[in-house]
Amino acid sequence: MSLRIVVTVKYVPDATGDRHFADDLTVDRDDVDGLLSELDEYAVEQALQISENSDDDVEITVLTVGPEDAKDALRKALSMGADKAIHVEDDDLHGTDAIGTSLVLAKAIEKAGFDLVVSGMASTDGTAGIVPALVAERLGVPQVTLLSEVAVEGGTVSGRRDGDAASEQLEASLPAVVSVTDQSGEARYPSFKGIMAAKKKPVESWDLSDLGIEAEEVGLEGAWTKVESAAERPARTAGTIVKDEGEGGKQLAEYLAGQKFI
Amino acid sequence: MAEVLVYVDHVDGAVRKPTLELLTLARRIGEPVAVALGSGAAGTAAVLAEHGATRVLTHEAADYADYLVVPKVEALEAAVAAVSPVAVLVPSSAEAKEVAARLALRIGSGIITDAVDLEAGDSGPVATQSVFAASFTTKSVVVKGTPVITVKPNSAAVEPAAAAGAVEALDVAFSEKAHGTKVTARTARESTGRPELTEAAIVVSGGRGVNGAENFSVIEALADSLGAAVGASRAAVDAGWYPHSNQVGQTGKSVSPQLYIASGISGAIQHRAGMQTSKTIVAINKDPEAPIFDLVDYGVVGDLFDVVPQLTEEVKTRKG
Ligand SMILES: Cc1cc2nc3c(=O)[nH]c(=O)nc-3n(C[C@H](O)[C@H](O)[C@H](O)COP(=O)(O)OP(=O)(O)OC[C@H]3O[C@@H](n4cnc5c(N)ncnc54)[C@H](O)[C@@H]3O)c2cc1C
Ligand SMILES: Cc1cc2nc3c(=O)[nH]c(=O)nc-3n(C[C@H](O)[C@H](O)[C@H](O)COP(=O)(O)OP(=O)(O)OC[C@H]3O[C@@H](n4cnc5c(N)ncnc54)[C@H](O)[C@@H]3O)c2cc1C
Repeated sequence: MSLRIVVTVKYVPDATGDRHFADDLTVDRDDVDGLLSELDEYAVEQALQISENSDDDVEITVLTVGPEDAKDALRKALSMGADKAIHVEDDDLHGTDAIGTSLVLAKAIEKAGFDLVVSGMASTDGTAGIVPALVAERLGVPQVTLLSEVAVEGGTVSGRRDGDAASEQLEASLPAVVSVTDQSGEARYPSFKGIMAAKKKPVESWDLSDLGIEAEEVGLEGAWTKVESAAERPARTAGTIVKDEGEGGKQLAEYLAGQKFI
Repeated sequence: MAEVLVYVDHVDGAVRKPTLELLTLARRIGEPVAVALGSGAAGTAAVLAEHGATRVLTHEAADYADYLVVPKVEALEAAVAAVSPVAVLVPSSAEAKEVAARLALRIGSGIITDAVDLEAGDSGPVATQSVFAASFTTKSVVVKGTPVITVKPNSAAVEPAAAAGAVEALDVAFSEKAHGTKVTARTARESTGRPELTEAAIVVSGGRGVNGAENFSVIEALADSLGAAVGASRAAVDAGWYPHSNQVGQTGKSVSPQLYIASGISGAIQHRAGMQTSKTIVAINKDPEAPIFDLVDYGVVGDLFDVVPQLTEEVKTRKG
């Protein structure tokens, strides 16, 4: 038996940098360094663990849709231990929204061949948390999403989903789409050996024509949504800061009372 | 008049506050038609009518509880076909967002997630989003299909407005796809008696500075004096001092209360992502250089174990 896992990973602007929008109201990628979305490291980690706990022959492919630099995100995932990578890159992809991204991912996953897709719970830039559900809908396979624990055995994936009102145990047959939260377990650091090995691992590049997607279906022009304006939030006016010299709690109470919170 | 579908978030018929906020927002763009699914759905009608729902479409079936997400998608799809709304509004909970996304794809529409405001525009609803850890405010529209928009809790003040709220049974036929992901067990979260974190008007949070699970009683006591919900930073959650369900931030809950009080929290970007839209922000931290102080309306530089209990006492005294 063999198990083909595709892990979707996004290349995002570093959240600790000064993130901005470009003139066309898409994310300005020139201003801030990019990296593998930290939440997708958890997805790579769970794929590696599924592989390590499996008697089957497991092949892990990492997949990203993103600009040239997005290769860095793939290299990071390869150095963690994934086997190979696919980079979908095309100038016409600039400005693609979530519906369009899910189309590209689904076509690429189908072309790659898969038994299991593992995604992060959300990206650290768009943070919508909907791409895994969209991909499952497109692929016509079950979604087993937002898992804090995941296991694959005998053609079945199961896991725990901690929701607002309840904690649920979920189960579905493969093929399926899974997404994992940052509660699923710390992601490993790439070892030196891993980093060296990653340099030799194959990275395939596909463009829209390889996936049979027309330019009009994606990109800024093809998007289902349009950003009309983006404004930097005005800096908060400097607040009052007091040093506690024994009365800090009382002073704070006075402030809260003045604001009608008490 | 144009109708707007509003997806009802309820627990056994008890409607959660974000849905009432949605009904208020929906009235800016049309007449709200509510869709309530699952056990207790019919019981939601009275409160929905008081908040402006002209019609309440209900469907009760075990499938909604026994299978993940897709049964709800198929019910909403049926509701869209029956009503031909000008927009579909859904609360921004993790599950409802997934429902909304798959619905959008099925009806060939764009989706906007986590809106914090909504207004009528020339060519449909305009949604405000607060992005990049709330450092930018964007306005967006859906340009293809029927706009599907998910809205964060605390995005509008609930305004009652009586309407007919006529209950109608929704016709739903589930496909095989609806039964793809089985829910094999469910453990309900224990109620603490405190307000729900995302809906609370006041949130009192503790971080690594609280220094131990047992010390969270200091945070809880302040919360209880103010009738507030309790939040925690990821550092406090990872240390096992407080449950993950109370985590505020990028990978926890995003809150937008009237008042947010952070104690022993430094204010990392991922924490700020979940609380920066709070109306008034207060912090207590012994480090005057802590980045959280850049955000505050009022800050106290001091030891939380001195300041917080004193504040709690003072609140109790003032409240009598
Ligand atoms: C601030 C901001 C707000 C946005 N708002 C919207 C909006 O309201 N509606 C909308 O349609 N689009 C929106 N977009 C665009 C949208 O974020 C992108 O199209 C994105 O590729 C998909 O959404 P996400 O990043 O939120 O992903 P999420 O749904 O949060 O991602 C979940 C997981 O999907 C996978 N994934 C997502 N994107 C990729 C990728 N490119 N390559 C590989 N794997 C991926 C990853 O595993 C990731 O962990 C927004 C973008 C930004 C920067
Ligand atoms: C992908 C990702 C997602 C994340 N998601 C989240 C998230 O959702 N939520 C979140 O919170 N974090 C999140 N983080 C973690 C985040 O980066 C920070 O590590 C975390 O917020 C720090 O928590 P803290 O402020 O409690 O601890 P610290 O940064 O250690 O700060 C503790 C503060 O307490 C103060 N202090 C100590 N003792 C006292 C005292 N006696 N009295 C007063 N002050 C005192 C200190 O001066 C310090 O400022 C995420 C990180 C990553 C990489």
